Amino acid sequence: MSSVMYERMRGNPKFQELVAKRGRFAWTLAAIVLTMFYGFVMIVAFAPASLGQPIAEGSRWTVGVVAELFMFIFFWVLTAVYVRRANTEFDALSQEVVRDAWKENK
Amino acid sequence: MRKIIPALGLLGLSTLAFAAGDALGPTEQQATNWHAIIMFCLFVAMTMGITSGAASRTKSTSNCYAAGGGITGFQNGLAIAGDYMSAATLLGLTAMVYSKGYDGYIYMLCFFAGWPIILFLMAERLRNLGKFTFSDITAYRLDQGKVRTMAAVSSLVVVCFYLIAQMVGAGQLIKLLFGLEYNVAIFAVGILMMVYVTFGGMVATTWVQIIKACMLLAGGTLVMVLAMSQFGFSFGALVDQAMSVHTLGEKLMHPGSLLADPVTAISLGLGLMFGTAGLPHILMRFFTVTDAKEARKSVLYASGFVAYFFNVIFLMGLAGIIIVGQNPEFFEGGEIGKKLIGGGNMVAMHLAKAVGGDMLLGFLAAVAFATILAVVSGLALAGASAISHDIYARVIKKGTASEAAEIRVSKMATIALGFVAIILGIAFEKQNIAFMVGLAFGVAAAANFPVLILSMYWKGLTTRGALWGGYGGLISAVLFVLFSKSVWVDVLGNAAPLFPYTQPALFAMPVAFLLAFIFSKSDASVRAKSEIEAFDDQYVRAQTGYGAAGAAKH
Repeated sequence: MSSVMYERMRGNPKFQELVAKRGRFAWTLAAIVLTMFYGFVMIVAFAPASLGQPIAEGSRWTVGVVAELFMFIFFWVLTAVYVRRANTEFDALSQEVVRDAWKENK
Repeated sequence: MRKIIPALGLLGLSTLAFAAGDALGPTEQQATNWHAIIMFCLFVAMTMGITSGAASRTKSTSNCYAAGGGITGFQNGLAIAGDYMSAATLLGLTAMVYSKGYDGYIYMLCFFAGWPIILFLMAERLRNLGKFTFSDITAYRLDQGKVRTMAAVSSLVVVCFYLIAQMVGAGQLIKLLFGLEYNVAIFAVGILMMVYVTFGGMVATTWVQIIKACMLLAGGTLVMVLAMSQFGFSFGALVDQAMSVHTLGEKLMHPGSLLADPVTAISLGLGLMFGTAGLPHILMRFFTVTDAKEARKSVLYASGFVAYFFNVIFLMGLAGIIIVGQNPEFFEGGEIGKKLIGGGNMVAMHLAKAVGGDMLLGFLAAVAFATILAVVSGLALAGASAISHDIYARVIKKGTASEAAEIRVSKMATIALGFVAIILGIAFEKQNIAFMVGLAFGVAAAANFPVLILSMYWKGLTTRGALWGGYGGLISAVLFVLFSKSVWVDVLGNAAPLFPYTQPALFAMPVAFLLAFIFSKSDASVRAKSEIEAFDDQYVRAQTGYGAAGAAKH
């Protein structure tokens, strides 16, 4: 029974659309996080002095502190962006896919 | 410098999981702290009330392991944050900022960066495919008996090493903060944990986590605000003064020795990121919410709380440099620059006392105890579910066990794990247990994570590949740690390590992935063919959530 349902859903172009869109979105965000994070780790490993520089003459805020604070906030904002889009657009689409499969039943 | 890197690597891992044996060192017993004991008793009374309420509802397996799948995203977010931020996050990371400055902040980012990745790539599929344990997912289309046994074994290995680290840390910390005896502390933690988990199951464990997370966030924020008020809430003024009194001076805000070696840096980053994504007690939390929507929200809230709290800790550590570090009252013999009373990890506690007096100190100590209890309970539940749900119900009884029988086994397993934890906690009192957390994370990242992610993403995975990958990752992670400096030299007393790095992830993870790939590709059996075909249905369920385990009706 459920196998038939899965078969139908797979055949639905909306399902392919869902998978493609969500996959692209999730991997893009993941790539941004991984690149920034490991880029930062590399700077820590190879050019640590650059992170200790103040952002402006006489300021106590260093490049490193600002960069990290930015990442803490930015990464969290990215999770919020993903959750928002997944919980509205993508979930609506996936519910449609399930509904379409049910309709065929009748 | 070479010496500092591995030591810090372990300290960092221990901060997540609280392997205080090394970090705290042998601690002396302090005078009995009544404020702390009274506040802790209040916490226990409150959570016991919830446990007895939950006890009437743990009659189904779903309530027992997954709180009936009825926890909301916000509640689960708090609970995950509670699971993730241990007592050592508070104590260890504050101490790290106090002594190393900016390095501590870098470390906290490493702990945080895994969460967005878990959300983007795992949260949804976890919820859609799993029911009670993560083996539900790895065994979804593979040989139930073999794959579940493998996943249960590696889960139990992770849980046991983690438990030892927690118990020893708990004993040391409680001795220090409450002035109780080490063995008394170990028994108190072990028995309370058994009560929560056997009577209240996941419902009680979740609420213990939630209450504790709120206490931790509130306590930390209060200390931070009171401390910052002494600097006119100016970050510049804080850093200025901290630099002028700290031995590192201007270097306080520079990256130091922590991640100076790229191999260690990457291996540590991988281990923390993917180890978190392979910890059975964290993964289990994803099955307590109603659907993928709430699972995503849980990560959003959890990562928000974690990110916020790490920044609070950074400020607390910096403020501690001036408020604690310049006050002779907190040093042994009243001499600034000597050893801190109670050891290096006590900065947060001293800071609480300095800015808020005995009441705030008592509160923060109670929070630390509650934190240990919550983390230990989560671990015990994860271990018990591996035994009862995976091994007993699915492997031995092949799905024919009644719910009542399964719950009975889970309760017996919890009690057994509780006693094992108490015995090991006492046995390892004087041992250097810092490596155990490294091992727990290494196994989680190398044995649990690769098979889990491949089973969700790679169609070609077969039972044979999963078994080779899982056991290969488990054994290689254990061997890499065994041959590294932290066990081979520090524990076994050999002259030189056989493996030069302390972090196994960068090396053990590829072993697991490679073995899983080779042995799946070369698997030409009929079974393998049907397993590969079954991926298509699994894929639709993972994407749409159709057929996923729903919330229990109450």
